[in-house]
Amino acid sequence: MNLSARLLHARKSLSWVALPLLTLPLLLLSSSTLRAQDTFHLETSSGATSIRLAAANFKPTAADANTTTFKNTFDTTLFADLSNAGIFDMVSKSLAPQTTPGAQSDINLSQWSTAPASAAMVAFGNLGVQNNRLVVNGFLDDAKNTQFPQVFAKQYNEEATDDSARQVAHRFADEIIFRLSGGTPGIAESKLFYVKRGRGTKEIWEMDYDGANQHAITHLGEISLSPRVSPDNSRVAFSALGKDGFQIRMFSLLLGRLVNFQSVGGTNLSPAWSPSGQQLAFSSSRTGDPEIWVSDPQGAVAHRITNYKGPDVSPTWNPKTGAQIAWISGRTGLPQLYIMDTDGSGVTRMTDGGYATSPSWSPNGQFIAFAWNRKYGPGAPGGQDIYVMEVASKRWIQLTHDMGRCDFPSWSPDGRHIAFANTPDGVDSHNRIMTMLVDGTGKRALTEYGADMPNWSWK
Amino acid sequence: MNTHHSKFWNKAALVATLALLAASGCHKKHAATPPAAMAPEATTPPPTASITADPAAIDLGQSVVLNWRTSNATSVSIDGIGEVPVNGTQTVSPASSTNFHLVAKNAGGTTEANVRVTVRVPEVPAAPSDNGDMGSDAMFHAKVPDIFFGYDSFDLTPEADSSISSAAAYLTAHPAIKILIGGYCDDRGSAEYNITLGENRANAAKTALVSAGVTGNRIRVVSYGKEKQFCSEETESCWQQNRRGQFSIDR
Repeated sequence: MNLSARLLHARKSLSWVALPLLTLPLLLLSSSTLRAQDTFHLETSSGATSIRLAAANFKPTAADANTTTFKNTFDTTLFADLSNAGIFDMVSKSLAPQTTPGAQSDINLSQWSTAPASAAMVAFGNLGVQNNRLVVNGFLDDAKNTQFPQVFAKQYNEEATDDSARQVAHRFADEIIFRLSGGTPGIAESKLFYVKRGRGTKEIWEMDYDGANQHAITHLGEISLSPRVSPDNSRVAFSALGKDGFQIRMFSLLLGRLVNFQSVGGTNLSPAWSPSGQQLAFSSSRTGDPEIWVSDPQGAVAHRITNYKGPDVSPTWNPKTGAQIAWISGRTGLPQLYIMDTDGSGVTRMTDGGYATSPSWSPNGQFIAFAWNRKYGPGAPGGQDIYVMEVASKRWIQLTHDMGRCDFPSWSPDGRHIAFANTPDGVDSHNRIMTMLVDGTGKRALTEYGADMPNWSWK
Repeated sequence: MNTHHSKFWNKAALVATLALLAASGCHKKHAATPPAAMAPEATTPPPTASITADPAAIDLGQSVVLNWRTSNATSVSIDGIGEVPVNGTQTVSPASSTNFHLVAKNAGGTTEANVRVTVRVPEVPAAPSDNGDMGSDAMFHAKVPDIFFGYDSFDLTPEADSSISSAAAYLTAHPAIKILIGGYCDDRGSAEYNITLGENRANAAKTALVSAGVTGNRIRVVSYGKEKQFCSEETESCWQQNRRGQFSIDR
């Protein structure tokens, strides 16, 4: 398929990907104004149809050094969260009025609603340290509604730390996103679990959704891969290489240690939580051939749901229904994307060739993101990129282009973002974690090199 | 004392070998000698010589009695021992299998006699019982070579089939050896899929060994996927090195 044909395909696909993924009743969504370039813009992530939102710097209510530091953290984090959301046209801070409104009575909305700011909505408030507590008052105003402008007001009272300032900004941002995006919760409080490369080891790490607060979860000194956090954020399943090969491990985030998961022989890897949190699907070769098995979260009552010679691996549940599993099978040669019902029936092949791996099912159940190298083969120059396929129609669009090897897509809880691993120069140790909007825009790195296999929390 | 002996006899073996080479050179020269020089041979017959060893084969550390008889010899020497009486016995304790080379001389010529003493060296000194013979690592890797796979394949190649035959024969002869088969993949493709591909590779090797008569419970299989690379360059020859079923002794 040449480039223009591929673009045409993507053009046709765009309307279906745009509508259901970013259903924003407040805004919507007239015509697709596609630009003739190699990536795709959704109207919700660029141009006039997004809500034009201003985030004012907050007004300090105290003059001490801590307040200044926390205020800077808060202002920066809030602006970044709202920008990253992908549904706002943010007013540049250089276009904002000189005044810093701290309360509803302070704000002169006409300053914000007229050019150059031209904001439709304004977020503002005040922040200060009082009695060793960080106290934040946040407001959201509709700049065009002069009579009853206030959309909501929130007060936060937290321990006075820099991390609190960041977390409060995340919560305030999530509240704004929730109100303005038609009821879909924001993701600023979500986490990413990932694999961090050490010297001869790989450990499981965790970070905030924006790449801040990176820290280790495991210290096993082994090769640990494929972290998958449970829907209630209480446990992380992963697989680690020990004397008997790769085995599923279960780490309790509440207890801060490994908890039991039965190993019954063979290689066991690539765990995936059912949306209920009551079952785990994974690949096991306990019968001699890698097949997809389902067990409870302790590894008990395991039963096999595939039975076909060749590799079967990387299951992912339909998080909307819990009734289907997508996975990767090499039963016909190169690995392809398949779906089936959770009892193993209704097997359907989704990809028509190439080398497909690492599926992740979208939160609304309509799409599967996966890594695909459509020209894989000896001597072929093909690249491995992130694709999104609509399950019902098998139509797909390509989200990454010419940026090296991409793998391990993982959907954000709001279905608007995809995290993935990227290796710009193909050198295996040069993995980093990036995010993008589901239309392929807004790509940015969250980590330095040495981070791989991101898994976005369920909430 | 033993150490001294060993060193001495290793040297002796070397000297003996060199002497043999030299001796064969002599023969050639001898054959080329012009008839006039043969004159003394008519008057003095060459010596006779024989040498025996008892026993002819020993375990390492045991000793053997050399016994030699000559007639008409004016000088007799044994390589590694030196000049010896024309008839005699000597007890020796060689560290490795040795050819004892006796040379008897007189005016009429030179006569040689040889005896070989075989020294049985236990290959793995730690293994006490007969069926505990694990062989050496070097021997294991020579007889049970790693096998290599095609791109994205876990089918055995013809070369791999013959490697498996050799491996099965060696493993049948050394029933004490348990083996670990490691499955490996090149670094292209995705980590999770490669672990299952490596598993299929290692299991293909196991299945072939079992078909060739090696009991399955002697074989353990571990897939490393692409997590442990033999070679890290992005070339076909390097990728081929990494698409491997690796055999090692499972201790």
